[in-house]
Amino acid sequence: MKIVVMCGVGIGTSAILKVNAERALERLDIDAEVTATDVAGVRAAGLDAQVILTSSELVHTIGQTNADVIVIDNYFDVDELQAKLEAALG
Amino acid sequence: MTPLPLPLDAIEIGFHADTWRAAVAAAGDALERSGATEAGYTDRMISVIDEFGAYVVIAPGLALAHARPGVDVITGGLSVVTLAEAVAFGHPHNDPVGVIVGLAVTNGDDHLHFVAELANVFNDPEVIPAIAAATDAEAIRSLMGMADPAKEPE
Repeated sequence: MKIVVMCGVGIGTSAILKVNAERALERLDIDAEVTATDVAGVRAAGLDAQVILTSSELVHTIGQTNADVIVIDNYFDVDELQAKLEAALG
Repeated sequence: MTPLPLPLDAIEIGFHADTWRAAVAAAGDALERSGATEAGYTDRMISVIDEFGAYVVIAPGLALAHARPGVDVITGGLSVVTLAEAVAFGHPHNDPVGVIVGLAVTNGDDHLHFVAELANVFNDPEVIPAIAAATDAEAIRSLMGMADPAKEPE
């Protein structure tokens, strides 16, 4: 399974979201590849992704996708990530 | 490779900002003061928010101001600015913001590891309010998981 995390410029916030998404997936015992990308790269990176994680501010930039788009409010809240990933994947 | 530094002169406490722009500019000035960046980087951090919105407000009360690597980044580094009064960035859930962390990296891939270490610090929900309330720069370095600079090798 492939999960894409997206931020505006692909530096910083997506790295934080990636590490915490991996922590949440580990708690859920879900094996997935988590890839960080930016607004410019999300269409390509998201083609074969099951889930795209991002901020509410960036959802509109994703365009059409077959992936579940999950909005994360607090990038440091692994409980929030876990609950939202479980709802989407469980 | 060394972790991203947060020198004492990159920390500003109780800054008075009327707008998010002034707050982000202060985080950029702090990076510049510490020798991490040149002035153009500050403008680019503001441009990221102009272009993509307030997504840099990644947790309640905290903005991670940053831009892509560029010639205006001299060396990777962090800055921390706390605000006397929190300002709105326009984020639907995480406003108002009282703590701005400025981040500059020279190469995205090389520094992902160190940026990810910020997650280890801020995954503790007590840390953002504690930084916002801190009254000296050493306390902020300590909350950010950094040792006393006097004890660090040069």
